[in-house]
Formats: sequence, C-alpha cells, structure tokens
Amino acid sequence: MIDYRELLSLAIPQIILVVTALLLMAVDFVALRRASTATRFTTASVLGSLGCALAITQIAITHGQANLFDGVLMGAPFVRIVQIAILTLTIATLLLAVGSSFTRHVAEYVLLVLLATAGMLFLVATHDLLVIFISIELLSLSLYILSAFNKQSRFSWEAALKYFLFGGMSAAFLLYGLSILYGLSNSTSLPEIATAIHVVSPLLIISIVSVTVGLGFKVAAAPFHFWAPDVYQAAPIPSAAFIASGSKVASFIVFFQLATIGLAGTQGTANLGHFVRGWVPVIAIVATVSMLLGNLVAIRQRSVRRLLAYSAVAHAGYMLLALVAHNQQSLASLVYYVITYSVATIGAFAVLGVMEVQTGSDFLPELAGISRREPVLSFCLCLFLLSLAGIPPLAGFFGKFYLFVAVLQSTPGSMPLLWLVILAISTSAVSLYYYLRVLKNIYVTLPRAAAPGDGGYSGQLAIPESGERAVAVVDLDSPRAPHSGLGLTRLVAVILAGIVVLLGFFPSLIVNPLLNALAN
Amino acid sequence: MLAWTIYISFLGAGAMLLLPNRAAKTGVRCLALFTATAGFGIALSAFLRHRTGEFFTVTDIDWIPALGIHYHLAADGISLSLVLLTGIVAVAGVLFSWDIDDRTNQFFAFYLLLIGAVYGVFLSYDLFLLFVFYEIVIIPKYFLIANWGSTRREYGAMKLAIYSFVGSAMVLVGLIAAFVAAGSQSMSLDYLAGSHFTAAFQLVAFPVVFIGFAILAGLWPFHTWAPTGHVAAPTAASMLLAGVVMKLGAYGCLRVAMTLFPLGLQPWSHHVLGFASWREVFAVLAVVGIIYGALVALVQRDFKFVIGYSSVSHMGFILLGLMTINLIGVSGAIIQMISHGLIAGLLFAVVGRMVYARTHTRELNALGPMNLSRLLPFAAVTFILAGMAGMGLPGFSGFVAELMIVLGAWGAFPALALCVGFGILIGIVYVWRAMQKAFFAEPDREAPPPHSLQPISLPEKLAAFLLIASSVAVGLYPQMVLNIIQPALNSPLFAGLRHGGWQ
Repeated sequence: MIDYRELLSLAIPQIILVVTALLLMAVDFVALRRASTATRFTTASVLGSLGCALAITQIAITHGQANLFDGVLMGAPFVRIVQIAILTLTIATLLLAVGSSFTRHVAEYVLLVLLATAGMLFLVATHDLLVIFISIELLSLSLYILSAFNKQSRFSWEAALKYFLFGGMSAAFLLYGLSILYGLSNSTSLPEIATAIHVVSPLLIISIVSVTVGLGFKVAAAPFHFWAPDVYQAAPIPSAAFIASGSKVASFIVFFQLATIGLAGTQGTANLGHFVRGWVPVIAIVATVSMLLGNLVAIRQRSVRRLLAYSAVAHAGYMLLALVAHNQQSLASLVYYVITYSVATIGAFAVLGVMEVQTGSDFLPELAGISRREPVLSFCLCLFLLSLAGIPPLAGFFGKFYLFVAVLQSTPGSMPLLWLVILAISTSAVSLYYYLRVLKNIYVTLPRAAAPGDGGYSGQLAIPESGERAVAVVDLDSPRAPHSGLGLTRLVAVILAGIVVLLGFFPSLIVNPLLNALAN
Repeated sequence: MLAWTIYISFLGAGAMLLLPNRAAKTGVRCLALFTATAGFGIALSAFLRHRTGEFFTVTDIDWIPALGIHYHLAADGISLSLVLLTGIVAVAGVLFSWDIDDRTNQFFAFYLLLIGAVYGVFLSYDLFLLFVFYEIVIIPKYFLIANWGSTRREYGAMKLAIYSFVGSAMVLVGLIAAFVAAGSQSMSLDYLAGSHFTAAFQLVAFPVVFIGFAILAGLWPFHTWAPTGHVAAPTAASMLLAGVVMKLGAYGCLRVAMTLFPLGLQPWSHHVLGFASWREVFAVLAVVGIIYGALVALVQRDFKFVIGYSSVSHMGFILLGLMTINLIGVSGAIIQMISHGLIAGLLFAVVGRMVYARTHTRELNALGPMNLSRLLPFAAVTFILAGMAGMGLPGFSGFVAELMIVLGAWGAFPALALCVGFGILIGIVYVWRAMQKAFFAEPDREAPPPHSLQPISLPEKLAAFLLIASSVAVGLYPQMVLNIIQPALNSPLFAGLRHGGWQ
C-alpha cells in the first residue's frame, strides 16, 4: 500500500522549489515582458531565493525519521542538515545572478537552477540506485544547460558541449556500474545490496570502477576532471559558482552513501604496502592522483577561474579521503569540509564576478593592484583563498584538520593511512603557493597601466623605505562598466566571508548538530 | 589579564584596517605605539608578578568539544620571558617604523596582527591553538615583506612563506598523529606529554616535528629563507622576524617536539653515518649552522646580509643549547632566545633604519667612504654596542647565553664545544669587519663631501636605548630570567625529558 501522504510530506521542499520555478516563469513571461533583463533577473532571483528560503523553513520545522519504500526517500536529521546547506548555497548563487544580463532567457535560467536544486535534494535523501541515477541526471542535465547560457560567448558553448559530452559518457559509466550492482544483488536498495554482496568478484570490481568514473566526474576528481577548467572559466559566474558548490555537496554525499552503505562488505583497504581489493583502494588512488595533479597544475594557471578549477580537483582529492576512512567521524568531517569549501568557492566567484566587470578578464596580470580600487572585495577574496589554502583561523583549516584526524582515527594503532594524510598535507603546502600568487597580484603588484600620464591614475608617490619603486594612486571613482547588481554581489561576498570566518572560529556550529544527527 | 596582550594587538590591527587610507599618519603611528606599549605593559606586569615560573592558566574555555579542543592559554617562566621579549621588540619595532609613509595603516595592521599571533603562540597551552596562532604568523609576514620590503622582496617573501608553510605542514602531520595516537581526547600539552607514546612512534615523530619547527628557527640546511627574507623585509619586519618569529621555531622545538617526544632523543639501536641519535644529528647541524653562518657573514658585501647570516649563526646556538638536554644548556638556549631577539632587532634597526633609509645603499664598500662614524655617530655607537653584545662580551646578554650554552655543550658534546669556540671567534671577526667597513673606513678624500644625512630621530634613539638597556639588564643580572626559567624547566611537564637523559 503506497502511502502518498508520506511521500508528499517528504517531498514538500522539492515541490516548493518546482512550484516556485513555475510561478516565477509565469511572472516573468506575463508581467515583465517589457522590463529590462536586469530587472527580470532581479525579480526571478529574488523569487527563487524566497522559494528556497520557504523550503528551508519547511525542512527546519520537520522532525523525526522517515523511510519510504525501503529507502527510496528518507527523512532524517542528517539528510535535513545537508538539504538546508544545499538550499542555502543555492540562495547564495541565485543572489549572484541579480542584475546580470548575460542572457535574455531569465526565467528558464532560474527555473533550471531550481530544478537542479530539487534534484540535489532528492539525491541526498535516497538510498535507492534508481532514484540516485534519476536525480543525478536531473541535476546534470540542468547544469549542462546552465553552463551554456551565455550565448554571446563562444567559449561558454564550447565548455558546455565538452561538459555535456563528458557528462554523457560518465552517466553511461555510472549506469553501467549501477546495473551490474543490481545484477549482482537483485535489488536497487543500498542496504539490500550490501547484504547481498560479500565477495569482491571481478564483476564487482568493474562495477566499482565504473561507478567511480561516473561519480568522479561529478565531483571533478582527476583523471575525470577535464571538463572542469573549461566550464569554470567560460560559464556565467552564477552557473560556475553553482556547479562548484551545491552540486559538489550533493555528489559527495551520494558518493559516500553509495560506497559506505551499498558496498559495506567489500571495502578492502588502502594501507601502505598492503592494498586489499575493494572500493577503498580505488578511491585512494583517485584521491592521490587528484591531490597531486590538481595542486601541481594549478601552479601554472594564469586565469583565476582555471586556477579555482584545478584547486577544486585538489580539494576533491582531499574530500575523497573521507571515503577512504569511511566512518561517521569522516562523514561529519566531509560535510563540514564540503560546505565550507563551497562557501569559499561561491565567495571567490562572487568577487571574481565584480572584478571581471571592472577589468574585463580574470587573468592574473589584469587583477594587478586591484586591492586599491576594491579594498573590501579584495579582502574578502583574501579570506576565501586563504580558507581554501587551509590557513587558520578560517573555516578551511578546521575542515582539513578534522578530515585528517578522521582519516587517521579510522584505523587506530599503527596508522596505516598516514601516507595519505602526509600526501594531503604536503600537497596543501604546495597549494599555498598559487593562492598566494593570486593575492600577490591583487595586493602587491602594481596596476599594469601604471605608466605616468595614463588618464586613469592621478599621481605617483615615492616610498622612502624601498627607494626603488613608485606606486600609482588609482583614481577611485572610475568603474569601467555600469552593472546594477554589483552592490548585492558585494554584500553576498561580505556575508560569505563572514561565514568563512565564523565557521573557522566556531566549527562546532556545524560539527555538533552533524554529530548529533549522525548519532541518531 | 595576560591574554589581553593577544586581544589588544588584534584589536589594534582591526582598528588600523578600519581607518581610512588617508588618516593622519602620526595618529596611526601613535595608535600603533599605544597598542604595542599596552601589550608590553601587560607582559611586564605579568612578568613581575609571577615569579614562581610554574604554569598558571590564563583562560580555559571549551572550544571544539567534538575533538576535545580547548581555548586554553597558560604561561610559565619560559613563555613569560618570551612574551616580555615580544613586547619589547614590538615597541622598538613601531618606533623604528616611524618613517613608513606608504599605506601606514595597513603596514601597522599587518604588524600588530603578527605581534598578536606571536603572543598567542607563546601563551597557548592547547596545541591546536598553538598551531592556529603559529600559522596566522605566516600571512602578515608575507605581506609585510612583499609590500614594504626592498631587495627582491617578492621572491624573499614567497620563499619565506613557502618555507614556513612546509615547516608547519610537518608540524601538523606530527600533531595530528600524536593526537590520534594519544586517543583523540585532548590536545592540551600536559595530556599529550603524559600519554607515553611508544618509543618507535617518538623516534619518527620527533624529527618530523622538530625539523618542522626548526625550519623557522633557521636550522642549517633549512635556513636559506632567513637571509633572503631578512634582507628583503622592511626594518620592523626584519626585527620581528629575527627577534621573535625565529624564536617561535625554537620555542616550538622545545615546547612541542622535545616535550611530547622525549624518547625521540634517545640513542638509536645502531649507528647511521656515525650518528647514534637524533640529538647528535641536530647538535651537529646546529654547530654547522653556527660556523657556516659566521663564515658566510664574513664575506658578505651587503651590510644587511651580514646581519642576516649572523642570525643563522646565533640561532645555531639556541638549537645546540636545546640539544644538550641539561639544565644549564637549555636555560642558556632560552636566554639566547631573549638575547638574540634584542640584539638582532637592534642590528637590523641600525642597518635598515639608521643607515639604509638615509644612505639608500647597503654595500659595505659604498658605505665606507661616506664617513658614517662622523655623520651618524649615534648609529655607529649603537652598532658597536649591539655588535659587542652579539659577540658575547661580558656585561651583555649574549655573554651569559653563550657561556651557558658552551658549558652545557661541554658536558654533552665536548668536541662540538670546541667547534663552537671557533664559531664565536669568527663571530668577533665578522662584526669587526662590518663595523670597520661600514663606519670606520678611510674617508675617500677625492670624492665630493657627502651630503648631510638626516640626523637620528627621537623614536630611533628611544628604541635603541630600550633594546640596549634590556640586553644589559639581562647581561648584568641574568637571575632575573633564570629564576623563572629554571623552575619551569624543572616542572612535571619536562619530566619525560629529565628522565630520559637530562644530565
């Protein structure tokens, strides 16, 4: 007997999102036909954010556990925390779109964001292969289109096409792997799969590798990351921020659940010098490759967005360590890490959005000396990048610390996973170099056009201490292009920077509710 | 109250950032001076009040219960002395940066942030907290050098940041491993020190954490960041770097590496390359650093590089003193931390502020003909005094420190003690050479008469007086600090060290 009432009550947040999407589409098509693109974007984004906020309230007032059809749809404190995080990140990305004008199809854009969010909410609330796959597709298809929305930019198309082609292939891998799991266990429910599979057969290995390819693509782990640099660079700012944040949260959670619940008996080990067949060594290898490749390639990037893409690969590597550790502590650390990572990334994209409007590009030399024109935003970017680098007392530091502690705790005694932690910490020491390079360009390097007589600069000032350089004082009120939504983007950046600092000082704000939720 | 040394510095830094860029420079400077002096005052009053040397808790708040991490500040004789040193150097540094004109408020914001974090490291009892403060130090250091520095400032700053971060990455690995090995209950110093790690674990963890900290303390061969960083840094930043930041490394070696892993100093089961323990390895590296730093300082043409390498040499004394693991050697190392903090700060001030800011050159050969002893007599006298203190002449802090370290080394490694004597000898030579070349060279009669230089200003004189007086005070009455350092070293915290080879 299907209990539709319970199904409805569990899916209310998703329903709210879809209804909001339809509603704002109607508003946009009916009421705002003659309005400017910027106004339409503002209205649609605000409406979409309100929908998300409503969904958050709905989730926040729900209590207790629910489990529909053997895990097709679940309600649990942990799921709700993750859903609230995803919705909050969506609001942040929607607010970045306020006032922008990269497309005329405003309602469709926001609609796709909301549909993707609904897909994510389903994704983290299910223990069923079928729903996992459908939600991932809902999410992915929306993201492909979102990254192609800037029709004026050829690069945006190219990136979206690449993303779509790679994505289609990875979806095929994922489906292949999931169908083998079904074939081995005769069930689509993760706990039942776990009870059915005990032996690491060659077929299971094929399945594990296929699923890793499929989900590794979603989380941009090397070597399945080839789409990331292009998409990060060419997609519109809100799309890029969305792809880099919320979708990462959902994908990591489902990756963790699929591996730890669905394949509970066949993990194997990745202990140094003693690999045992299973999914843990596969993930450990992917994590190793991601950490090394992401951090080393990022050093060479000149575009900040591409740099963020490669650093995302590196961060995916760190986060995959939580799967290698696969216990409750590591799940909590993963959620903390991915949330704080997402906040910092959205913030970085927000700042880049404003800076690109002013300088016309995100290349490092173009950003030279921008701290003098944008002191507040530059400071925010500084906080975001240092958080990504893992400098205390910002959130990224505690994320790394907690994650590495969790990894070591998973195998107490002789700490066989220490090699992964050492690798992660040493590669993150490398990462400080490229983050600092960005900050150097912003704070230290002089503006490129600082030649005397240039119209934009009002004068020069010699510095006694060094005696060998001159600083151009930049005219403070000469923004290049008017952009109506930048004020709000600034506000979003400042708020996100505040969150990064707050969560760094008080990690318990997230960790305690998470641990309580997981203990139930 | 002592915790306010940290807070007031951070508050000062925040206030600086909020000030508009066009704020009156004198006001900004006075605010910075006030903040630094307040920190110094608090440190001094705590130093005068707590004469037992035992650990006392300043603040203890539950911070991250999930991992048993506390916001726990405490101080014993060792940290009190170093906090006081930080206060003195901070005040002197502000006075010596009175001439910073470009973005003054940002300069002092980074400066005070750095000072606050340094206080934090010395006062932390919870090792997570210690690590947090330890890493906060890196970023302001980078910006101070890259923004306000001179010769190859971006290179020097990046090198310094990368070296520091690599060092702290090693420390982090060791701390996380120790935390998990001890049962993930708490990161407080006494808990970890009392949790008796296995000897095998300690033999691996000790060198990792020790080297991690020692990179910042300028241990040869990981010292190369120090000369380039010091030279590139603006005067106040060089003073802080040499004066207190390098001490953070040495402090970490003693407080964390040696306290947590005393068995790591024990002899190995077999000899490798003639070494029988990490203790011998690091002692030899320290002595190599003393002699190498002194020899390189001897042939530098750039005045500031002379001081930069002399820092490497002096830091070698500290590490050697720590490796003697006897009461006199380790106390000597701590006195040397204080002494070098004062003297190196003074030397960098003379070179960077008094000479370079006026002559715009640091080439010893170019300075000589300027007849500086006549033009800047105060700078010359200050350099002579600081040089004498650095050489270890009686009456100055350097004498007490080096004497104690050599005595300690004599008991532990007699052969090395002889080499150290040689190092001290070269130390006298390079100071003499620099002094001669920079201040007392034969004036060039054919060159046009040197343009008159700005006279030494009052803030500079005050700061120089403060540093010299402190050095003389420690030199004449070392009991002032020894009285609280030695009880601290005899406290239960160092029990592991005492039982394993304290001689």
